Amino acid sequence: MSEKKKILIADDDFDMLEQLKMQLQAKGFEVIACESQVEAESQLEQFKPHLAIYDLMMDDVDSGFVLSYKTKKKYPDVPVIIITAVTHETGLKFDVSTEETKNWIKADVILNKDIRFEQLFKEINRLLGED
Amino acid sequence: MQALKVLVADDEIGMRKGVQKVLKKAHFKLEKLDHEIRFEILEAEDGRQTIELLQKEPIDLLLLDYKMPEVSGLEVLEWIKKEKRDVTTIMITAYASLDVAVSATKNGAFDFLAKPFTPEELRTVVEKATRNLIAQREAKRLAEEKRKIRFQFLSVLAHELKAPIAAVESYLRLMQGRAAGEELKNYDHIISRSLIRLEGMRKLIFDLLDLTRIESGEKKRELRTIDLVPIAKNSIETLSVLASERDIEITLKAPESLKLTADHSELEIILNNLISNAIKYNKDHGKVEVILKESDSQVIIQVSDTGIGMTPEEQSRLFQEFVRIKNEQTRNVLGSGLGLSIVKKIAQLYNGTVSVKSEKNVGSTFTVALPIQQEQQVKE
Repeated sequence: MSEKKKILIADDDFDMLEQLKMQLQAKGFEVIACESQVEAESQLEQFKPHLAIYDLMMDDVDSGFVLSYKTKKKYPDVPVIIITAVTHETGLKFDVSTEETKNWIKADVILNKDIRFEQLFKEINRLLGED
Repeated sequence: MQALKVLVADDEIGMRKGVQKVLKKAHFKLEKLDHEIRFEILEAEDGRQTIELLQKEPIDLLLLDYKMPEVSGLEVLEWIKKEKRDVTTIMITAYASLDVAVSATKNGAFDFLAKPFTPEELRTVVEKATRNLIAQREAKRLAEEKRKIRFQFLSVLAHELKAPIAAVESYLRLMQGRAAGEELKNYDHIISRSLIRLEGMRKLIFDLLDLTRIESGEKKRELRTIDLVPIAKNSIETLSVLASERDIEITLKAPESLKLTADHSELEIILNNLISNAIKYNKDHGKVEVILKESDSQVIIQVSDTGIGMTPEEQSRLFQEFVRIKNEQTRNVLGSGLGLSIVKKIAQLYNGTVSVKSEKNVGSTFTVALPIQQEQQVKE
């Protein structure tokens, strides 16, 4: 069996983080979990993940976007997923389906927080080219 | 300056011009408002035109002749009532009979002016109506504001109650799907987390009940002369179990007795909240010091800890409802985010104050100052 793929996740909601971690581990990934933007940034300095999943609002309201930008700058080929409850809570909608938004939102996919794990898992496999 | 729109509806042109002349020069200064009120006058020569104008623009005051051709003043009043227009109406009538008064009042007229009237009489009636109008609008605005705050509180509350349910639900699903294998011990940490979230929810509900009782005034306050020292001792004793679990020492510095006019259970809530916070946000083997003293006809309750402390930014948000300082150190600390806002609300009931001094990683000191005497009736 090949080496486990590493996923970097960041979410300031500890329970969310814990659940995501367990689910990804159950699917056979190695998970590096961070509780803040700062922590995730320092992890990015230390290793290159195969994929990253960021919550949008952490230390700042746009932490996920910032992390996404920094990830892509350092590792252009690492896929990034942003998960957010922002749409649900504020009505603001982000997506990366148009060229215009892709220019400033560097993430590959933006998902809503109440997404079912199986859907998230599908996206992960698609981005890792394993479907 | 604020301009109120006055519509003078009368079929006699002399009357309209006369009223206009008086009110154009009139201006009031109301005690509660920091600006003057002036009038902008519009005219209508019959009932139909009055209704047309009322439909076209917002009118604040209506001086309405009782007897007009075709559509009478009374019919205009009925229309206003039916359409629920926010306009204060003064009936002008030469027939100041009781009948007219009764039917006009029934239909929502604010006051009367009997023809013929002097400029002074006109000014007096208009000023009275203006005061009433401004007071009513102010009350409406306040009620609306209160409704908004209430709604905001409820939205946050719903969110705070939903969050632990969602967390526990997801943890249970993980267990159901055997995400970490068949061994129960693999799930120990998520079981603990679930219990923590549920306990937090229970605490929230209890605090919410406290808060509701204080705010609604439903909880009977029994103000009497009571001794604060035994209440503090009792509170420390109750919480010492929690403290000893983490080897935290609580000391009390207080005179033999310290009396003030207060409600026993409210002081209990203050002390319990402050001391349990000082334990929860402390470091293991830390210290909690409770100081009770008298100063400038006030009773001072001071609770200090050697805990995790707060940054100035964290301190500034502290007394808001549902604010909990979120960081790695507070993750497993149970709290509803209502405790300190309850303490603050109670202190305010006494015209007292709450303040905090804190330094990150050194500790915090909360000080509640309550006047010894309360103005309300004291039951001995």
